[in-house]
Amino acid sequence: MYQLSGVTKRYRRGKETVRALDGVDLIIEDGGRLVIQGPTGGGKSTLLQMLGGLDRPTEGRVLLDGTDLATLPEARLTRVRAEKIGFVFQGFNLVPTLTAQENVETALVPLGLKTSERRERAAEALVSVGLGERRGHLPGELSGGQQQRVAIARALVKRPAVLLADEPTGNLDESMRDEIMDLLEGLWEENGLTFVMVTHDTALARRAPRLATIRKGQVTIREQVVG
Amino acid sequence: MFFTYLRRELRRRRKAALVVASGLALGIALVIVVDSVTAGMSRAQTKVLESLYGLGTDMTVTKAASPPGEGDAVRRPRFRFDAGAGTDSAQQSQDVVMVQGFETLTASTVAKVAAQDGVADAVGGLSARVMKVDGRFASGEVRPAQPGQAPGQGGAGGEVRGGGADFGVDSYTVYGTDVAHQGLGPLTSSKITSGRTFTAGETSAKVAVVDSAHAKEQGLTVGEKITVSGTAYTVIGVATADSGDASADVYLPLAEAQTLADAKGRVTTVYVRATASQRIDEVKGAVQKNVPGTTVTTSADLADTVSGSLSTASDLATGVGKWLSIVVLGAAFVVAGLLTSSAVSRRVREFGTLKALGWRSGRVTRQVAGEALAHGLIGGALGIGAGLAGAWAVTAFGPTLTAELGGGAGGGGGQRFAGGPGGGGGPVRETATRALDVALTAPVSLTTIGLAVALAVTGGLVAGGFGGWRAARLRPADALRRVG
Repeated sequence: MYQLSGVTKRYRRGKETVRALDGVDLIIEDGGRLVIQGPTGGGKSTLLQMLGGLDRPTEGRVLLDGTDLATLPEARLTRVRAEKIGFVFQGFNLVPTLTAQENVETALVPLGLKTSERRERAAEALVSVGLGERRGHLPGELSGGQQQRVAIARALVKRPAVLLADEPTGNLDESMRDEIMDLLEGLWEENGLTFVMVTHDTALARRAPRLATIRKGQVTIREQVVG
Repeated sequence: MFFTYLRRELRRRRKAALVVASGLALGIALVIVVDSVTAGMSRAQTKVLESLYGLGTDMTVTKAASPPGEGDAVRRPRFRFDAGAGTDSAQQSQDVVMVQGFETLTASTVAKVAAQDGVADAVGGLSARVMKVDGRFASGEVRPAQPGQAPGQGGAGGEVRGGGADFGVDSYTVYGTDVAHQGLGPLTSSKITSGRTFTAGETSAKVAVVDSAHAKEQGLTVGEKITVSGTAYTVIGVATADSGDASADVYLPLAEAQTLADAKGRVTTVYVRATASQRIDEVKGAVQKNVPGTTVTTSADLADTVSGSLSTASDLATGVGKWLSIVVLGAAFVVAGLLTSSAVSRRVREFGTLKALGWRSGRVTRQVAGEALAHGLIGGALGIGAGLAGAWAVTAFGPTLTAELGGGAGGGGGQRFAGGPGGGGGPVRETATRALDVALTAPVSLTTIGLAVALAVTGGLVAGGFGGWRAARLRPADALRRVG
């Protein structure tokens, strides 16, 4: 479970100080699904980075299962990311020189698994996203949708508690968008993950039971009825 | 995963890898060529010095000939011939054997030098020159004056007609070698190519070994006899110098040479071998202190007197070549580092993502450093290949260098160091300048290869250090934000 209290993040941009998050209080239950929406520069990605332990707040606490990610030493924070959090990015962020299988394996490297187990789990993850036949392909040999599937497999192969997705369909066309969203929602339900997604897309935002709208660093939560 | 990732990166970013590796390869190849050429110079100098000294000699002990004082008689060869009558005069021949180059030392000096701490072996030798005059000498005939001859044309009683001389002068060098201690001295720099060398028992035997060039000139072969100052010696062997000119034309047992030169119990040079090369300077000091009035010349001293193109090339290799290598290698290291660092900048999203996935900074740094090290090793392999090719080309097509010994030593060179019997000197004083042609080689030793590998690894580590430092400082949020 996430518990954010008074989370503030300030950046220096030239001579100006930008307040990306301004005293955000937020609770996300285990297995919950939250969509974050808001205008560009409103602080959506910053909030996601706080949740993912990729950045630290200037003030406030980010508790994940009782552990404050804001004050955790770097090595332990890295460990939390390696074990508990899966990321899916808008630009897929696959290593271009590694095959689909090897890209998925990169998420298991920090866990110190045996090579055989690592390979087996990566292959299974690719099968689960429908890319079992494409595991030897390089990212450049795959379509955008396929690349995002590889990225999803990479995020889930470690069996995380949390899946964080930053505009996962932002680079995909409409049909591919639905396909990926169906996949993510299916995996969320299947694995009981806590799923937080940032999106600009209102149609996608409507599919989540909770919607967090962020403007000028402040968050408003709205419960939705999913049809 | 480390090696898989490394292999994929190297394979798919071949051009970038080649650029970094080529820079390092250039520097490493230059180091190999300069190092091997320097080794070749050193080998050439050693060869030159050995031709003068003989193998295994660490230093020589001599005594410089003092210039004749005012009123002193200058020692010159003197020949006496009787002129025969008319054209019937017989062929006459006379030779004079004279110690050359140095003041002589007593045999006790050899023992004294041998007794010094750090001396493994000391052997005396005598250098001499044979001047031979060979020809006919006829006296003139007095003929009575002819009628009508003007006064002053032939004198009152007649005139002297005919007479004169027809002779040739030959000169060659003789070296008296201690047949009981043949491990040191000039003969060691020659190989017996025909017949045999002296045996330890031939201390007073009438036998000689002749240099191959002298043998060819005189038409001598093994078994023939040569006569020196009236004594006949049987040629038992022909020796050929390993490089350059031989130290002497004729080698005789020491006692025989001493007898011929009228220098019983005397030697001109003591050849010394130290117990260890590190002790040469110490032994030199001890001999100078304990055997006063002598000149001790080590191979290092002798090397300082080498001039000519060998010396110039050697100076170039050790001076310009060394600094050029250092500058190129330093530049290659820096360029490799900057290129690696720039490669990290281009892959900032990749490394940021890996960190987001839970890769520790150390693991990312190791990956970057591993790639840089691989670039270094590829550069090392290319550099070693290019260096070996360069060294081979120098050996195959390199110029022949001339080494001049002693000419640049500054006046009285022969008196200073002409350790070898062939080194010059003469009845009075000659310059000791001696020129030898040596082919330039560039031998590549295992040490040089080891140095190249070490440089390749260092270059890789330097480049990896640059890139790794940059990768380690990368914060995942910054990396992802910058490219998002």
